[in-house]
Amino acid sequence: MSPWAVFLLAVGYLLLLFAIARFGDRRADQGRSIITANVYALSLAVYCTSWTFYGSVGRAASGGLGFLTIYLGPTLMLMLVPVILKIIRISKRERLTSIADFIAARYGKCQSLAGLVTVIAVIGIVPYIALQLKAIASSLQVLFPHGQGVSLLGLDTTAVIAIALAAFTILFGTRHLDATERHEGMVAAIAFESLVKLLAFLAVGMFVTFVLYDGFGDIFARAAAVPELSRLLGLEPSLASWTSLVLLSALAIILLPRQFQIMVVENVDEGHLRRSVWLFPLYLLLINIFVLPIALAGLLQGMPGNGDTFVLSLPLSQGRESLALLAFIGGLSAATGMVIVETIALSTMVCNDLVMPALLRVRALGLEQRSDLSRLLLNIRRVAIALILLLGYIYFRAAGEAHALVGIGLISFSAVAQFAPALFGGMYWKQGNRAGALAGLLAGFLIWGYTLLLPSFAKSGWISGDFVSQGLWGIEWLRAHALFGLEGFDEISHCLFWSLFFNLGLYVLVSLTVRPDAVEAGQANLFVDVFQRRVTQASRLLWRGRASYQALAGLLERFLGPERARQQLQSYARKRGLTQLENREVDAELVRFAEAQLAGAIGSASARVVLASVVEEEALDLDEVLNILDEASQIRAYSRELEKKSRELEAATRELRAANAQLRELDRLKDDFVSTVTHELRTPLTSIRAFSELLADDPGMEVVDRQRFLGIIVTETERLTRLINQILDLAKLESGRADWTASQVDLPALIRHAATAMEQLFRDKAVALRLDCPDQPVLVMADQDRLTQVMINLLSNAVKFVPAGAGQVTVTLECTADRVRVSVRDNGPGIGPEEKEFIFERFRQGGNTLTDKPKGTGLGLPISRQIVEYFGGRLWVESELGQGAVFIFELPRKKDGTKTEQREERPHDPQDPDRR
Amino acid sequence: MGRFNIERQRLVALALLGLVLFNPPMLHVQAGDGGAGPGLYLFGAWAILIALAAWVSEGPRG
Repeated sequence: MSPWAVFLLAVGYLLLLFAIARFGDRRADQGRSIITANVYALSLAVYCTSWTFYGSVGRAASGGLGFLTIYLGPTLMLMLVPVILKIIRISKRERLTSIADFIAARYGKCQSLAGLVTVIAVIGIVPYIALQLKAIASSLQVLFPHGQGVSLLGLDTTAVIAIALAAFTILFGTRHLDATERHEGMVAAIAFESLVKLLAFLAVGMFVTFVLYDGFGDIFARAAAVPELSRLLGLEPSLASWTSLVLLSALAIILLPRQFQIMVVENVDEGHLRRSVWLFPLYLLLINIFVLPIALAGLLQGMPGNGDTFVLSLPLSQGRESLALLAFIGGLSAATGMVIVETIALSTMVCNDLVMPALLRVRALGLEQRSDLSRLLLNIRRVAIALILLLGYIYFRAAGEAHALVGIGLISFSAVAQFAPALFGGMYWKQGNRAGALAGLLAGFLIWGYTLLLPSFAKSGWISGDFVSQGLWGIEWLRAHALFGLEGFDEISHCLFWSLFFNLGLYVLVSLTVRPDAVEAGQANLFVDVFQRRVTQASRLLWRGRASYQALAGLLERFLGPERARQQLQSYARKRGLTQLENREVDAELVRFAEAQLAGAIGSASARVVLASVVEEEALDLDEVLNILDEASQIRAYSRELEKKSRELEAATRELRAANAQLRELDRLKDDFVSTVTHELRTPLTSIRAFSELLADDPGMEVVDRQRFLGIIVTETERLTRLINQILDLAKLESGRADWTASQVDLPALIRHAATAMEQLFRDKAVALRLDCPDQPVLVMADQDRLTQVMINLLSNAVKFVPAGAGQVTVTLECTADRVRVSVRDNGPGIGPEEKEFIFERFRQGGNTLTDKPKGTGLGLPISRQIVEYFGGRLWVESELGQGAVFIFELPRKKDGTKTEQREERPHDPQDPDRR
Repeated sequence: MGRFNIERQRLVALALLGLVLFNPPMLHVQAGDGGAGPGLYLFGAWAILIALAAWVSEGPRG
């Protein structure tokens, strides 16, 4: 295997990555993003670096299953979807592009805080980058054990690798400046890399497990037979170490700058979390399945080294060069993926949060006058990338040799864990403030440096190790690995305990003591209540001041480039339906928009500073801010109350309208009633008057005629009287003033009495009347006279409508346990369904009233119904056209022994169309 | 929103379950100490957790 062949293979692989990135970027520019849920989940696997690829095996070879803690933590953390979702939502709303930006924005867009977070991140991550360099270097060493490494201009292999990675990253990540700092092409390439490293590792794992040995059982059985190896099958004995590693890795999956970049900044759709919540842990599980078998196999085979290179040396020892090359590419993938994303994220932070604020402060540079700063920004980032890799290389030289890969990585994990109190506290605790965050971060960082970073230098002999063994200045309780006398922990747990203890303690303590300023209070609300729309709307009110549009647009052009600035402003105007922004007054919303755009390019803290140069802002004090936020919540309460009131009002209006409609209907009915009554009264009156006049005009009228006329007058008068009586009855009934006496009535007797009274009428028309009543008394509580009236009315109706001669009327009385039913059946023409509806209305009669002569007053049935209902019964008709009609009334039966009248609830009868 | 919300709560519950499954006392009780036991337990519990997460977040809706 020639070094140049490997070199070309590596370069070819990097070019492939570059092509994928270009493709992804082009698709993103066309608006056809290739970032799907799967790609997003795979890109999260940038978490698996050479640490995972090479280091885990080394860790397993010395510590057994403990290496798994680094993957269990992220598994659990990802399932805390609400937390991750909240970070993503806040970052999107505030256009935050890095973890430094996030923390600084939360605590009042504070530059010093942004700077501190950046410094911690850079210093903390440098060992991690060194880890990648070391992994690539040692993998090359395994491939070329005789030192025929690639060397250029007298530089060693690792330096060449660092330079190559820097060049590649610069090409990759800083081609253009994006307002959202999103790099879809990069994400696609990272997802691809994740696949490559997984497949490479699985290939080696399967080779070792199933080709070299006969499966898992075989390896484990052989290992168990060797006393030193059987130890590795068990769990780590230390509870503290296990717990702190799970905690560290759980924090790292969010707090590492590259994880924040991939998970939060590069997230295009919150729904993608659904997939990654299980796909990413599954990836972690797969890439770890063969770690222990490879470690055990390496030890069983007596491979040299500490296990970090078993993935390469095992295939090589078996003469499998191509498999070793695949493993090399996998390891290269793991390392480059990490370096690319990490340095891009860090360079953004360095540029936005360290360099820009400093440059802006130096007036001599005249940055305010420069017309286009976007190129300058890109160059700063490029230099930052190169510098970070240089630092990584220096660390590798200084301390890299003394540590295993995982040991180096854990130093970085512990550094970024210091962000946890400020970040999570800021998301859920409004009182947390800038002073607290600064104090906590600083304390945590210092303790981390003293207990972890400096000892790592001391271990490699770069500095004196006295402070570790004897304590600083010989003070025993300052020993770096037993601070304040805390002994018995491993160095990571020890550092984590003390650094988080002081970090969290000071954060809480100082936050509760120092009063925050106005900007902080506003931001705290925006972060903590990010899911409440009212609060984010209220945020618009948190700015008061004056600005000119030209100055604002000029600022955007300088930092984003003229073209991009114009695009953004146009899309802003379009979204709000404004045709022209130029002549409008600059409002808080536009200022916030401009600030967000700037924040995307130079970070929120710097954005605030440069904005202040063109905007004349009226400073709000803390009370004002709190008042505005308070008002927002009050307005919300008011509006809710108003909504409730207006709903009530609507309901009341509906009721009133219904009542009004009913009143109108009643009024109309009354008018109808009056006109009908008048009409009904006039007919008999007219005939009485006509016949009276005849009698008066002709004194010599024949006696026979006179008798006949007088007879007519008497009949008409009777009809008139009857009519008036009925109207009075009805009026009484309807007003509820009817004073009837309810007494025991024997119904069969009453029916027979009514039939006798009507006998003459039936006989005149030759209609047969049949009574079907029991002989023994059936008692109901009712008014005897009124009930007789009902019966007579029903009989006279029946006789009116049956044909003369062939007519038949049957009265039937049936008893149930508690009711008595009387039906009057005739064989008349019957009643159509539509007529059934209204024959119980006043003055409405069956039959065609236009052609037929009215046969009654039209009040009989309404009155009958009122009477029956008054005594707790009901009256209805069952009929079909041509089938005759049955009028039926039912009354509650008088129970023997009970004297009181019972008005029972009427049972629901679906067959009864006339119920009112 | 409501649907996603109950989903989120279930996932958080799974995270808590994982915390119990992977904490050292539980590990020592469940996994024993020798042979392939601890490894089997860890990977088994992990796989079950992942399967449950997949089922909660991608399973049938409604």
